[in-house]
Amino acid sequence: MSMKKYILTRIFTMFLVLMITLLITILLVGSNMDTILKQGVVFQVRSEITENPAIAESFSSVEEFEMFVQDQIDQRNKVLGLDEPWFSPQRIGVTMYKILLLDFGHATFLTSDEGSSNVKDIIFEKLPRTILLFTTATIIISIIGIFIGAISANRIGSFIDRATSSFAVISSSFPVWWIGMLMIFLFSFTWQIFPARATPDIPSSDPSYIGSLLYHMTLPLITIVMIGFGSWAYLVRNFMVGIMQEDFIMAKKTIGIKQKKIIYSHALKNAAPPIVTILALSLSGSLGGAIITEAVFDWPGMGRLYFEAITVMDLPVIIGATYILTVFFLISIFIADLLYGYFDPRVRTGA
Amino acid sequence: MSSISPQEIKQEFFKSKMGITGIIILSTLIAISIIAIITIPIETFQEWNNPENWILYPKVAVPIWVNYFMFDKIPEHRIYENPNVQISSNKELILTSHQFGVNFEYDEFPNDFIYIFSSKYENSPLIEMSVTRPDGIKLDLISMSLPHSNSEIKHNERIFSTDKSIRKNLSLQSEKFSFSFDRLASEDIIFSQLEKNEPLKGNYIFSIDTFSIDNQPKILESKLIIGGKVFGVMGTDELRRDLAIGLLWGTPLALFIGLVVSIASVVAGLLYGVYAGFKGKKTDEVMMRFNDVIYALPALPFLIILSVTISNSIFVLVGFLMVFGWVGIAKVARSMSLQIKTRGYVDAANMMGQKESKIVLKHILPQLLPYAFASIAISVPAAITTEAGLSFLGLGDPSFPTWGQILHDANTFGASSRGLWWWIMPPGIMIAVTGLAFVFIGNALDSIINPKLKR
Repeated sequence: MSMKKYILTRIFTMFLVLMITLLITILLVGSNMDTILKQGVVFQVRSEITENPAIAESFSSVEEFEMFVQDQIDQRNKVLGLDEPWFSPQRIGVTMYKILLLDFGHATFLTSDEGSSNVKDIIFEKLPRTILLFTTATIIISIIGIFIGAISANRIGSFIDRATSSFAVISSSFPVWWIGMLMIFLFSFTWQIFPARATPDIPSSDPSYIGSLLYHMTLPLITIVMIGFGSWAYLVRNFMVGIMQEDFIMAKKTIGIKQKKIIYSHALKNAAPPIVTILALSLSGSLGGAIITEAVFDWPGMGRLYFEAITVMDLPVIIGATYILTVFFLISIFIADLLYGYFDPRVRTGA
Repeated sequence: MSSISPQEIKQEFFKSKMGITGIIILSTLIAISIIAIITIPIETFQEWNNPENWILYPKVAVPIWVNYFMFDKIPEHRIYENPNVQISSNKELILTSHQFGVNFEYDEFPNDFIYIFSSKYENSPLIEMSVTRPDGIKLDLISMSLPHSNSEIKHNERIFSTDKSIRKNLSLQSEKFSFSFDRLASEDIIFSQLEKNEPLKGNYIFSIDTFSIDNQPKILESKLIIGGKVFGVMGTDELRRDLAIGLLWGTPLALFIGLVVSIASVVAGLLYGVYAGFKGKKTDEVMMRFNDVIYALPALPFLIILSVTISNSIFVLVGFLMVFGWVGIAKVARSMSLQIKTRGYVDAANMMGQKESKIVLKHILPQLLPYAFASIAISVPAAITTEAGLSFLGLGDPSFPTWGQILHDANTFGASSRGLWWWIMPPGIMIAVTGLAFVFIGNALDSIINPKLKR
């Protein structure tokens, strides 16, 4: 399989996944969504009539008036296509098309900090904050992880190697959000260094907002890094150990190249492909995990938005956030796949 | 991997310290589960969310063992249910006296006290409550008559320490004390030394006397609660629930969720992957594309939407977790079966005309068993933490006190910023320890199967 064909099949799969995700989401929340939309229309028609008393006065009986209102609602529904059942292919198609173009409609309850109820505005306000927190965390984690992993691989069986392995195993079995609760307990209750809620308390237009945001970010950042870097170091170490057993390294050893040089230049270079691939994957994985972590720290990003949307059942926001999360997830899987296929041509042939 | 026999794996496994540690932790957890199932009746944990059931317990009480580390002992929350009953009659006047001996050895005043009783009576009995202190002083607390009735009726009553008439009665006896009663609660006076307002240690006797004429009232329930700030092995939460019960019941639930999800996903993934690998060609291609699709679905958002829209029952959740659990295993199982397929004996079996199903079951699957066991062990923690995470978001099954559920409640009541450590620490530690047990077992198995990593 050529690289081009490989990329094309991957893109096709990803697009298919995106469509399936959207379809499932719409099917799951469709009937509720339908009720909400219809209620919206009824509310709109009624408020238009109350604003204009002349319409109500022109009718002689209540029945006639109600008939007129119902007629108006039906007409409006027809224009919007709401007269068809929510599961009709036509309506699902329209909804999916709209979502593909990032038109998520208006939120039922939630608003952005500026007060806009447009789901797109809300999401694009929260998204950068999530990326800021989790991308920073992932980058720090990978730097520390690669560094410690290489050191451990250099001294197999040493104290640092055993400490890294045990720390990796232990830290990976603690839920990040629980460590988050502990960190809040330690650093906001026992020693009052960091705020317990990560949402800055000044408006985003204030010039000192960025500084405040960074200060509020510290505690979640430390927590994520603390829990994450152990397993990274362990992973890097295992790759390196695997590579150190390959023939070409053995050959380099026999011709007398120093162990240190072999580790840091030759082995690390060869371990790079899987490491880069995992980096791409963990960037997306961190976005998914953000939902719970942000809920603990009250970080005003996508995760907390998602959580809030679920709590009040704000369906347009749920659909929009799921879509954006899925897109990010798929993009990073795609990049990981490409990198992997690029570094390791065997993958492309499907062997 | 094919060269290791089950006996060898067993031998190697019991040589590894990690494996043994894992097995020991797991056995302890299983023992805890059995204890929980036997000793705590299933009704208790079904009552987890029923506030009525916990009304006698204190709010956010610290675990009892904290007192061992404290210089000043914190009063324990005590529920006295078996009073010393004395009945005496003087012509038509009948006196029923209930006495509670309270041993008070703490350095702080209790929070409050409540006397709960229910009785069946005619006419209108008189109730008097008094306390005899360690120094011999008797304080009258309250005297009240029960509502009059000509026929026999049942009456429930709670006398709280905050009752104004108790406070009033005490101030009438204030000449015994040499400090001012201003702003002091009743319990701070009753349990105080005479000279200064500090707790007086020793045995107190609370007696509740019921005077009635002609017929003796039947006292159905009689409980005295001395409210304290420490209670139970694990303390209580904001809703007065005994955390020990929640934590104990969480163990079998976590093991159930973890094991069922991981066993089912591994079995499904194994069969799927092996079949795809064995069949090859178009079947393999189609099956693997489907696998890719499931693999690329964002699991957590999906689990959230599913539990919001379909059901948050724990059993349904187990099913959803399986849907996302089998994918990775199927991928590995496929590539393994691709390798095994090329071996001579599989070819031979094929040529001899054995059935496909037989070849897969007899020749390929057994080779993958060690890997399967390792993956079961390794995927348990993920299942447990995912369930805990969902419960933490408030999407779990509210009728079961899982560890995640307890942490969710803790977070809702701001336990971490209020410093309620006994509410946060134990559930998380239990989650982590359970996860660790399986990670240890899985890693030990893994290093036997893949000797390359063992160094």
